Amino acid sequence: MPRPDRSTPSPDTVPSAPLEGIRVIEWGEVISAPFCAKLLAELGADVIKIEAPAGDRAREIGPFPGNAPHPERSGLFLFANLGKRGVTLDTTAKAGIAQLHSLLQDADIFVENQPYAGLFDAGITEAELRRRHPHLIAVSISPYGRTGDYCEYAGYDLQVNALSGLSFGTGHTHREPLTTPGRQASYLAGLGGAFAAVVGLLARESASATGQGQYIDVSDSGIIATLLTGYHLPTFIYRGIAGYRSGNRMRLGLFPNCVLPCRDGYVCIDAPQLEQYQRFLNLLGDPDWIDNPRYRDRRAMSDRYPEEAENLIAPWFMEHDKAEILQLCLENRIPCAPVLTIDEMLETPQLRERAWFRDHDHPQAGQFRYPGEAVRLNGSPCRIVRPAPMLGQHNHEVFGTPRSASVPR
Amino acid sequence: MTPLPLRSVRVVDLGSAWAGPMAGQLLADMGAEVIKVESRARLDGMRLGRPMIPVANHGDDLAGGDRGLWPELQPVFHGLNRNKLSVTLNLRTNAGRDILTRLAAASDVVLSNFSPGVLQRLGMDYETLRAVKPDIIVAAMPAFGDAGPLRDMVAYAPIIQAMSGMMSLVGYPPEAGEPLVGELQAAWSDTVAALCAALGVVAALRRRNRTGAGQYVEAAHLEGTTALLGVPMLQYQMTGIVPAPTGNDDPEFAPHNNYPCSGEDAWVAIAVRTDAEWKALTQVIDDDALSGDLRFANPLSRWENRRSLDEIISSWTRALTPRQVMERLQSVGVAAMPVMNIADQFADPHLNARETYAEIDHPHVGAELLYGVPWRFSDTPGGIRTPAPLLGQHNRYVLNELLGIDTDELSRLSDEQVVH
Repeated sequence: MPRPDRSTPSPDTVPSAPLEGIRVIEWGEVISAPFCAKLLAELGADVIKIEAPAGDRAREIGPFPGNAPHPERSGLFLFANLGKRGVTLDTTAKAGIAQLHSLLQDADIFVENQPYAGLFDAGITEAELRRRHPHLIAVSISPYGRTGDYCEYAGYDLQVNALSGLSFGTGHTHREPLTTPGRQASYLAGLGGAFAAVVGLLARESASATGQGQYIDVSDSGIIATLLTGYHLPTFIYRGIAGYRSGNRMRLGLFPNCVLPCRDGYVCIDAPQLEQYQRFLNLLGDPDWIDNPRYRDRRAMSDRYPEEAENLIAPWFMEHDKAEILQLCLENRIPCAPVLTIDEMLETPQLRERAWFRDHDHPQAGQFRYPGEAVRLNGSPCRIVRPAPMLGQHNHEVFGTPRSASVPR
Repeated sequence: MTPLPLRSVRVVDLGSAWAGPMAGQLLADMGAEVIKVESRARLDGMRLGRPMIPVANHGDDLAGGDRGLWPELQPVFHGLNRNKLSVTLNLRTNAGRDILTRLAAASDVVLSNFSPGVLQRLGMDYETLRAVKPDIIVAAMPAFGDAGPLRDMVAYAPIIQAMSGMMSLVGYPPEAGEPLVGELQAAWSDTVAALCAALGVVAALRRRNRTGAGQYVEAAHLEGTTALLGVPMLQYQMTGIVPAPTGNDDPEFAPHNNYPCSGEDAWVAIAVRTDAEWKALTQVIDDDALSGDLRFANPLSRWENRRSLDEIISSWTRALTPRQVMERLQSVGVAAMPVMNIADQFADPHLNARETYAEIDHPHVGAELLYGVPWRFSDTPGGIRTPAPLLGQHNRYVLNELLGIDTDELSRLSDEQVVH
């Protein structure tokens, strides 16, 4: 395809954000779709978030400053909705749905994660979206996907991690399996949805395309069941191992590959290469046990008698604190690091010195430190220009005069 | 059939192990021409070692180990590198690096997950490449970042998860008295970084298509992983309390846990959020102790009494299989799902209907199951079109057809172990 001469683009005259000029309508709740649209806002899209008059459920979830619930001070809402404008629509009313359609008329990307029944009632189905808005890239993010036996089933992050195989192996052998902490699966789904949305946009804009959008069905469980099973699948097919919980160590690995206590918390070591392991043994002062044949088979140490093996190295960790261990392992090129708690992570020189954190001030919640962009685009840096919207904050701006019953005061 | 979205995009994939190859795979699944640059002089770690695939059919072919057929029999590699082409270039030679530069100049994207500094040594960094291809997009995936005090630290996924703060949250609630779990049995941060890099690449392509400007994309594993942790960050700042593991607790729900079922290591995930869901659950369980018990009268009281609630629900689930619980509860709109291992997943009708796994013929393995494409595009679905390439399988196409190196020159380069 012919491309214009672009050897010397002028930053003054050309749009520079990747999603410059792209309007995203997000009809999302809680995490997956909101986080997806937040990532699109980081890339420069104009994102308008639609909330029911009662607001996104995330506003009730928190965390809240001083543990005092307030719909404009929910940490979850503030984080997942950075950089957007917000409007309220009653999508249970005909007028609200009509307004949604008129927003979609001018939009490029639509992101939603509504329950199946709600979508069906509102008529926001794949067929209807394609009929009325053929240009639209509609990204539907749901726990199980919009097709298949479970598509109408109820599900939250707990069920997603159960179906996708991640929970089964997480946790101690003698205890119940664990879901991912803080609903991480939903964030991963939002990230996957953002990639899919931009791919859909490239398809629409490619030289031979007709400006036609498409429907993209993203499922939280599908992302994990594919992209995180690369080991599980062949281990089952070829070795018959369906999975088990191995607590603080990676199963089927090479010792040492585990999380252990140290003087002031926990550390994680994962040193598969022989040279790394040898440097670690040197650091331990080349202990006597390394001559014992039982402690020469690193696979057996990891799989067959891990606790016994871990007890060999545990005392050294208990004699040191996190900062010492990080320094020693950095100097000796050993893949071993402290398990940072969240307050420690916020102070990490690695993240602070690179100016990655972003402070955002919100009129009702105040100023807090947020994560920076998920990926750095050096030629077109992150474009978050506003905090999360207050409920209905941009109704007037987006709809003109507030006119129908579907727009609250 | 509508052409695939990335069909006109050519990617030079210098990735190895997990994160880099997966970023390339995400682009290849959507139609990009992804050329994996590798070499017998330095194999992708995923090609190394005794293969899991039974080797009975290969007899003496395997005698060579990593120098023989082993590198072609690695199923994890096959998943991460499907839909790609392979060219073998020895980047320890000047001629190998020169050819790589020419390949980059004929491409749209150069993707890698080297340690910081390696791209510069190879002459593949953005500043160098833009001189030969002004609109090139160079995407790198350093562990901690291109700069900063941890720049050169060696790291695998668990190390990144430890430093991101995520690992500190994986475990049972403190009152359980269990040591920290920390580990997820999956390459979580590699997958996050792969998605971040792939997102950065397609975003940069969109900008290039409109402005003609290429750029450097940096998807540091630590930053990508931490970018998903905004809530615990804010929780600490807002409450002053350092977030600790919460097990399967989530304050928006009660009950909310994985409950034991009949069968070995059999569990079911049940979550109840609203009063309507709670009412439906009590009717299915049909236990007088539940519906009339004031401890469970509203969401807050259920949360406060969740441990007692867990015991009552466990005594009901223990007599049933996970699938029976799922069917009974889902029929009344309550979220329930068996906690599946990979064997359960293989047999699951929903995952199969969604093409979670796909079969492809590999020349040395035969029909092989790989994980499928995670999303379903209505018009441009993508898919697994070709198996992972054999080492150097596409040398002729890439070096001769694309770069115009004639066959005499090719055989000389091969003799000199440049193409190797």
